[in-house]
Amino acid sequence: MPYEPILLARVAQPDSHRLEGYRADGGYATFERALKDLKPEQVVAQVKDSGLRGRGGAGFPTGLKWTFLPKDHPGPIYLCVNADESEPCTYNNRILMEKDPHQVLEGIMLACYAFKSQKAFFYVRYEYGDAFRTLQAAVDELYAAGLLGQNILGSGFTLDVVLHRGAGAYICGEETGLIESLEGKRAWPRIKPPFPAIEGAFRKPTIVNNVETLACVTQIMKRGIDWFKSLGVPPDPKNPRDAGSYGPKLYTIAGHVNDPKCVELPMGITIRELVEQHGGGVWKGRKAKAVNPGGLSMGYVNVETKLKDSDLTEYDIPLDFNGPGRVACLGLGTAAVTVIDDHTSMVDVLHNTCQFFSHESCGQCTPCREGTGWMLKITDRMRRGQGRKEDLDILVDVADRIGIMPGTTICGLADGAGWPVKTAIRKFRAEFEAAIKSGEKSKYAKTLSVVGAH
Amino acid sequence: MLSEDLKNRIRAYIPMYPRKQAVTLPALHLVHDELRTVSNEAIVEIAEILDLHPSEVSDAMTFYEFFKGEGEKLGKTRLWVCRGLACMLRGAYELIEHCEHKIGVPCGRTTPDGKITLEFAECIGACDGAPACLRDDKHVMNVTPEKADELIAELRR
Repeated sequence: MPYEPILLARVAQPDSHRLEGYRADGGYATFERALKDLKPEQVVAQVKDSGLRGRGGAGFPTGLKWTFLPKDHPGPIYLCVNADESEPCTYNNRILMEKDPHQVLEGIMLACYAFKSQKAFFYVRYEYGDAFRTLQAAVDELYAAGLLGQNILGSGFTLDVVLHRGAGAYICGEETGLIESLEGKRAWPRIKPPFPAIEGAFRKPTIVNNVETLACVTQIMKRGIDWFKSLGVPPDPKNPRDAGSYGPKLYTIAGHVNDPKCVELPMGITIRELVEQHGGGVWKGRKAKAVNPGGLSMGYVNVETKLKDSDLTEYDIPLDFNGPGRVACLGLGTAAVTVIDDHTSMVDVLHNTCQFFSHESCGQCTPCREGTGWMLKITDRMRRGQGRKEDLDILVDVADRIGIMPGTTICGLADGAGWPVKTAIRKFRAEFEAAIKSGEKSKYAKTLSVVGAH
Repeated sequence: MLSEDLKNRIRAYIPMYPRKQAVTLPALHLVHDELRTVSNEAIVEIAEILDLHPSEVSDAMTFYEFFKGEGEKLGKTRLWVCRGLACMLRGAYELIEHCEHKIGVPCGRTTPDGKITLEFAECIGACDGAPACLRDDKHVMNVTPEKADELIAELRR
């Protein structure tokens, strides 16, 4: 039986973004019931017990994060909604905000009620102008209906939601970079600890949650823990640290497919099923060569590489929190799946990847700023037919050394810059070696400037 | 330099945040949208409103390549062509070249008549409509060369 979407249930309706329709579909009844019947601690417990893990990339358990706030803090406590969705090939937050903003806002209201926050800052990337205006209209509707502001519905609970626009910087999606940007400073990530739950925005306890995560909060409070846990993948019994991959997930499909789109499915579908059953298959009758399974930072899978002791290949890994890691990718990331067909040069793909991270490195940590810059220069000379045989080892060496994991940078941007480099070279080494040996130029090499124009 | 109306619109943000410095980005957006640049003089006036040193506003502003500063000015419309991986795989580099040729300026420049500033963008989150552009802050999806030509003609009018 095909899966019936929940998070995307309303997006195709006319005027799905309006309060009236959302209420007609039972919207805000969950919030009203929580205000009336539930203690804040009960909301925290329900989200924690559902096993919900953050949808923004790291997969940290949401309810657990909420419990890191200091007990009995006099306030203020802030919620920062991370809508700086900038991981390349990721666009599910945009669809939620444009098409069903009230589902997200109800999650914000439930979250703020749960951890006693009276203020949510909704940080939306600049490029999402339509989403920003839709959200602003939705927030205005809520104030007019008495669902935001002072003493909501006579409950004594007060909440304000402030929309804040970014200015085109990927690093603002890193939670402490977002906080610095919100405060009006350069978006340089902070050294942790202290984590935001202890000292975040304006030096106050702060929770940073992703848009899709908050939409899940709405549905968990509406439908219950059993519903959420009936979907997805339970924890691996052999791994005591695995928190499982429960719930529905919004997968975005991009690149060389016939039908790039966002689909909602229970967590754990394989890349092959996602591409072939939901993305319309690889375009132009071609075959997939490589796939980026979760946003650029996660690295690449080689569609042909067989899994150990199996006829399956890396194309068959499940897209849950553990799957991509089993084939040396960084993780599930944002579950954005980009397909690269067999007519495409991995040299061009890797150059594009390095171009992104070099442009978006914030420059605070030297290994990242210089490392991403050098990786771009090296891949650029490769695509100009001037690659050297030692280049591949240099690239892997740089990629291994930059990042929060080797301990050389403050945030994970550099890990995300290194992972696609390492995985591409390790998994497609023969192609890179052949490109270097032949000295063949990329079809793009003649037209584009070396580094960005600004 | 900033009109009283613009200053008041900046001041209106102050009660929404616990610190005035947090109004830096909203203020920069307001000024940038209206004046198509944020001059040094404007930076000083924003700093005055927010009780900051001008260097603090400048420090934040220059972090974001987004804002045009002293001596630079945006055209009437800002047209960004996405060069992220999803768009690159579906023809973004060809589209950038096409737009540069049609508009007659390279990325990062404004047409002499001040109508269009052409830029490239890193992934704009419109990958379901790749290759995509951003017309100021609105997505334009599935941009074929013909669709780009129509858009450019419209922006020139």
